[in-house]
Amino acid sequence: MTGLDDFPLWAAILVSLLLLVGSGLTLLGTIGLVRFQSFYERVHAPTLGTTCGAGGILIASMLYFSVLQSRIALHEVLITLFVTVTTPVTLMLLARAAIYRDRTEGKVDMPQALSGKAPSRVETTSPDDAPAAKG
Amino acid sequence: MSSTILLWSLTLSQWMLVAAMSCATFRVLRGPRAQDRVLGLDALYVGAMLLVLTFGIRNGSTIYFEAALVIALLAFVSTAALAKFLMRGEVIE
Repeated sequence: MTGLDDFPLWAAILVSLLLLVGSGLTLLGTIGLVRFQSFYERVHAPTLGTTCGAGGILIASMLYFSVLQSRIALHEVLITLFVTVTTPVTLMLLARAAIYRDRTEGKVDMPQALSGKAPSRVETTSPDDAPAAKG
Repeated sequence: MSSTILLWSLTLSQWMLVAAMSCATFRVLRGPRAQDRVLGLDALYVGAMLLVLTFGIRNGSTIYFEAALVIALLAFVSTAALAKFLMRGEVIE
């Protein structure tokens, strides 16, 4: 960081603000991960880090490299797209697995499955979308 | 002036990310059930990815971006595989 004294001041302040906001929101999300009581509350907390936190740091990185190389550097959009697409998928898979485990253990405070279907995925698939579910 | 601002904010944000990763590690080690540990592992992956990105800003090199992309990909694959394992008891059937 020694040859950076000709880096513009507005860009430095903006990059610093975005970095601090992003990492602060990530820290808040993981503090929620520690402090919430049940799993279904906890599954919300780290998404603060994957949306606002990752967004802030990725925009800071894009801005920094664009100003540093004097050309538009947008390759961090790849990480943004990937994280935005995959985080809901993985967390929904995880929450469904947790609901399945809680139901099979017969916890009393679990809501029943909608429309009286069994929680197992094999029995809920209708015959016409069974090949798609197998793949 | 601007390099001082950038250096201090990078250091502070890296320490905050390290604190976030320690909170996630606490949940991995302490989590009462397996799904809590998987959730903590996912948060740990995200923290590691963001920490690698801030190292890239600090060194002014774009090579760190590819490492961050690989970490994001591994986070998706490992969390999806572990959720599948918790659901069905096996990953590939």
